[in-house]
Amino acid sequence: MPTDTQPSSDTQSKKSDSILVADGVTRKFGGLTAVDVEHFEIQRGKITALIGPNGAGKTTFFNLLTGFDEPDSGEWTFNGQSLHGVPPYKVARKGMVRTFQLTKVLSRLKVIENMRLGATGQRGEKFFPSLFKGLWSGQEKENTDRAMDLLARFKLDAKADDFAGSLSGGQRKLLEMARALMVDPELIMLDEPMAGVNPALKQSLLGHVKSLRDEGRTVLFVEHDMDMVRDISDWVVVMAQGKIVAEGPPDTVMANQAVIDAYLGAHHDAALTHETEEEILAAAEAELEAEAEAEENS
Amino acid sequence: MEWSGVLSGAIEQGIGPSAIIYCLAAIGLNIHFGYTGLLNFGQAAFMMVGGYALGSLIQTWGWPLFPSLVVGLLMAVVLALVLGVPTLRLRADYLAIATIAAAEAIRQVLGSAALNDEFGGQDGRYGFVDGMRSLNFVPSGGVHFLGLDFRSYDFFIMIVGWTLALLLCGFVYLLMRSPWGRVLKSIREDEDAVRSLGKNVYSYKMQALVLGGVIGALAGIMSGLATSNVAPSDFATDTTFFTYTVLLIGGAARVFGPVAGALIFWFFISGLDLFFDKMTSGANPTIPASIMTDDQASLMRLIFLGLILMLIMIYRPQGIFGDRRELAIDAH
Ligand SMILES: Nc1ncnc2c1ncn2[C@@H]1O[C@H](COP(=O)(O)OP(=O)(O)OP(=O)(O)O)[C@@H](O)[C@H]1O
Ligand SMILES: [Mg+2]
Repeated sequence: MPTDTQPSSDTQSKKSDSILVADGVTRKFGGLTAVDVEHFEIQRGKITALIGPNGAGKTTFFNLLTGFDEPDSGEWTFNGQSLHGVPPYKVARKGMVRTFQLTKVLSRLKVIENMRLGATGQRGEKFFPSLFKGLWSGQEKENTDRAMDLLARFKLDAKADDFAGSLSGGQRKLLEMARALMVDPELIMLDEPMAGVNPALKQSLLGHVKSLRDEGRTVLFVEHDMDMVRDISDWVVVMAQGKIVAEGPPDTVMANQAVIDAYLGAHHDAALTHETEEEILAAAEAELEAEAEAEENS
Repeated sequence: MEWSGVLSGAIEQGIGPSAIIYCLAAIGLNIHFGYTGLLNFGQAAFMMVGGYALGSLIQTWGWPLFPSLVVGLLMAVVLALVLGVPTLRLRADYLAIATIAAAEAIRQVLGSAALNDEFGGQDGRYGFVDGMRSLNFVPSGGVHFLGLDFRSYDFFIMIVGWTLALLLCGFVYLLMRSPWGRVLKSIREDEDAVRSLGKNVYSYKMQALVLGGVIGALAGIMSGLATSNVAPSDFATDTTFFTYTVLLIGGAARVFGPVAGALIFWFFISGLDLFFDKMTSGANPTIPASIMTDDQASLMRLIFLGLILMLIMIYRPQGIFGDRRELAIDAH
């Protein structure tokens, strides 16, 4: 494959400590194959970016990995445990928490309540203990303190007592990310965390994402903003039409002429435009066809 | 009847046994719909299994009061499981369909002629409240104050019923201020978000369905005890919709919403009834028979009730206790 910067045989040896490994994961919607991933790994303690044009299958892949959707085939493991058929809430409890591209804030709950919901192992979430405040108020206090710290990090502390439904689109993204962190995940999966966030805040958020790595967490994120991808990711995976078409360190992937031409367009710095995405689609399509032909011939 | 009789009659009904029954049913429904967002259109079925367990165990099988009552509550648990297990993993509308269908099916079965010996067909069960009457401590002459008159047993039922309603409000308050209640409210807002944070949404929905169903059964039991009768016509679909009306008047997801809703609903419905009855009755009615006969007058309450409901939905859609800020959010 021309755009493959790393043949898959040696990606394996390069990624010595994988937190998540997926093989042969496919998902079809009628005639459309939305996801067809032969092999995918996330290295522990690193920031991995998943990029690709609109409709490439990134969100669908997220849904499959986290149990929100069921694949037609495939196996994947998290920390060596198979996650096939594991319901979403158990996936989260194992330490793998995702956010949603279309934010899902709990509108008629206050921002701080959204945050508290994220905390794990709450005694007050059991029916009988919930009746006796004494049994859970201490824990609630600790969770509130942790929530306020996180909110401050995301510049939402002033909004703690507002209804989440009153937040702006960008603020909802931030709240969702902060809420996911309340679960204290080992692997956090962010679906376009920066969409709609203003540039100044984006800079400080990039810092926060990096600090997640420094805390020892693993981050997987989907993003269309190439600056962000270049700036913070340790590894970049490129998806097109459901397949992984290239992967490697950001410099290598972005220096790869085929990826640049097909996906990033002539201007490296420019965010993706519609045209460049069309181009990559066309390129990916051509590539898939070539592949299919090669297979037929062999 | 004097005009003051219209007012006192409306007040008597407003705080009387019917209001209690709907208040209890609405407290249960509030847990389902108000807090958890479960579309239960079969609250009447929960009431029915409670009421019928009580009535038939006592009248048909000669059980004493308290064990029958406990079985009535357990029947609601069973019904909640039967309805919830297949539907609560699916989209919200499946529960709605299952509950409305189950409610009607249960009503047809319990009212069927084939089970006449056990459940009494369309007449249902009656005369099973001796055990309850023996507990009555209210003077046999009844209670009279502020121009209101209550019979002894009715007043006893009111004391028991409103005490129960207030205890349940306290119980709901304790639950809903807790992290457990927070999970329910979050499920109402967006269940996928709750799943993504590691909560077993299915289990919480089931807990909510059972709890609200048991309280619904309590309403059915009170209905049986208050009227000394349970019959299929008491538990038709309109019972569920009146319960929704009560809940929405008071304000969904508010602890005292069902209480306020029940008081207001029954005050108006019986007030309107008495008013139009008075206007059209007698030798020389205020509204001549050419405009409205007294048969037609009995329908007026439903027309006005509809009108009042519309006015509430337009001018106070959040109900009496609701918070307008919250509702504004709903519109997105
Ligand atoms: N529930 C569904 N039913 C049918 N088709 C679907 C469904 N979900 C996704 N698809 C299709 O699968 C493909 C992949 O969609 P997906 O949302 O995963 O793309 P994406 O890479 O996340 O795109 P974007 O960058 O725009 O978010 C699209 O062609 C989409 O139309
Ligand atoms: Mg997407």
